[in-house]
Amino acid sequence: MPQIQYREALNQALREELERDPRVFIMGEEVGYFGGAFKVTDGLLAVYGEKRVRDTPISELTITGAGVGAAMGGLKPIVELMTINFGLLAMDQIVNHASKIHYMFGGQAKVPIVIRAPQGGGHQLGAQHSQSLEAYFLHSPGLRVVIPATPADAKGLLKTAIRQEDPVIFLEHESLYGVKGEVPEGEHLVPFGVANVIREGKDVTIVSYSKCVYDALDAATALENEEIDAEVIDLRTLNPLDLKTVVESVKKTGRAIVVYEGWRTGGAGAEIAAQLYEAAFDHLDAPVVRIATRDVPMPYNKHLEKAALPSVAEIVKAAEQLA
Amino acid sequence: MALERDRHAAERALVTLGETELIELYRRMVLIRRFEEKVAEMYSRGKITGFCHLYAGEEAVAVGAIYSLSSKDYVVSTYREHGHCLTKGASPRAVMAELFGKATGISHGRGGSMHLFDPNLRFMGGYAIVGGGLPLATGLGLSIAYKEEPEVVCCFFGDGALPQGAFHESLNMASLWSLPVIFVCENNFYGMGTMVQNAICQEELYRFAEPYKMPGVRVDGMDVLEVYTAVTEAVARAREGDGPSLIEAVTYRFRGHSMSDPAEYRSKREERIWQERDPIKRFRSKIITEHRVNETRLEEIEQEIGAVIDDAVKFADESPEPALDTLMKDVYVDE
Repeated sequence: MPQIQYREALNQALREELERDPRVFIMGEEVGYFGGAFKVTDGLLAVYGEKRVRDTPISELTITGAGVGAAMGGLKPIVELMTINFGLLAMDQIVNHASKIHYMFGGQAKVPIVIRAPQGGGHQLGAQHSQSLEAYFLHSPGLRVVIPATPADAKGLLKTAIRQEDPVIFLEHESLYGVKGEVPEGEHLVPFGVANVIREGKDVTIVSYSKCVYDALDAATALENEEIDAEVIDLRTLNPLDLKTVVESVKKTGRAIVVYEGWRTGGAGAEIAAQLYEAAFDHLDAPVVRIATRDVPMPYNKHLEKAALPSVAEIVKAAEQLA
Repeated sequence: MALERDRHAAERALVTLGETELIELYRRMVLIRRFEEKVAEMYSRGKITGFCHLYAGEEAVAVGAIYSLSSKDYVVSTYREHGHCLTKGASPRAVMAELFGKATGISHGRGGSMHLFDPNLRFMGGYAIVGGGLPLATGLGLSIAYKEEPEVVCCFFGDGALPQGAFHESLNMASLWSLPVIFVCENNFYGMGTMVQNAICQEELYRFAEPYKMPGVRVDGMDVLEVYTAVTEAVARAREGDGPSLIEAVTYRFRGHSMSDPAEYRSKREERIWQERDPIKRFRSKIITEHRVNETRLEEIEQEIGAVIDDAVKFADESPEPALDTLMKDVYVDE
């Protein structure tokens, strides 16, 4: 199987879906002539033209709202927000409109839109360009929240997202675009709501998603030296959430660590921990540990930024204390 | 490109529309007025609850604009949308039942007064975030242009939406891409209780068309023929692929912002002046005197509509509530 980058896997998914379905089109800031701020849409304009790879003005609210309207008009828009930080300008259209239109009109309208956005910290981009905001979307019923860690899942989940009928928030960590992995060529669909047990273990369950999956895997490797056998679960989608796989794992290990890059307070990990307590309290031998970004606007300074973000060392330490 | 108000538009329309059509315009306006009067009554009797914004006084805007559309054209509206929805063809039964919160309502009891929707009528929804409908209308326009279809989108919003970013972003994008959208601003002078001159630096709202390079026109929103003529021209332009237009219809709501608003920020004198310009009374006497429409025919229509509204209330009242086990249905298409 060919090894390609995460960004190339996304590009492949977009290319295949543009080819498959004439209703599919991409719009966003710099997606066309520039090739995407992170080069995810690179080369697509030359093949599919301006109609299907549409550069937009810097108007996040109306780019998103026009995507919602186009979806209601029978198209399958893929809106790229240059980063999720700018996506906050589109929250009215995402939360007040896209997420509710199917329900509040009695199931008579559909909004099959995919909103893609890079997010995450670690690049010294400062407070306004380093956020991980999946919890904001997870909080709103009506939205699917998809957050792949591997190149193969990036491709397979994006293709699934484009083919289903609900609004999807598709979040890509900026540190992952250059990550390489094996990606199946051609038709490759990954279903929503199926977590991936990416490493099996019996002593502690590390639940994660997106970039933190790699931190969890590094921690698991480090823990081998101490004869702690960690199981690592990549959730892949937060809505729907595959709690069953997490519960099954905790039944085996009795211990759980949730690792995520959103802020600790009110983060997706808090929700996962709460659901774990509700579903598997009797199987837990210790409280669920949350490892997340400190509750602080991201500082620019390299050392401060590193201190704010979750780390492999923290995961290792938490596992040692649990074991 | 902003056009001066076309003072002869109404006269031209009177020439092009025949008696049947003039009577139809009258019928549609009376339907809205009687419907809204009944809604107010049902609200005070506790049959309708929540927020409820009445359209009485503004009937000429919805009727004049929507009469110039085809059945396949889209309408996007606001939370003050009973009139738009009825005029696009919704049955008074389905709208009244929605206001009663019943399962037979046009949005199955999920939406209420502010969220009416019917995909078959291409009534694409009432939205309760000021300015929220404009990006959606722009996107519907984009879908039409993408599919190379002949339809247009008519998007209604109030003067209160003009200071919103969504207005400016949408007009820019619709113009940039020559999308078939007719932006109809219902200027009733107040965003809730704030006068338009306290909210917008440019009180001549149609002039916002000029920076966005589209035709802009101010019409008398109390004159159904003037609205009809202006929107008909904008529709023709949009269908030809020549892009969007902005129409400012100057109008007045006869009641407060919502059912709970006694409108104490307006003077009684001001309200009287506008009530003298009642779009229905004026149109009635105009078509009787200038077009020799038979007054008896109009009286028959008024009676017919009275019966239609009574039937709608009976239907709504007798309809079942949505079943409680449907609460979690339709949050997602793919469950």
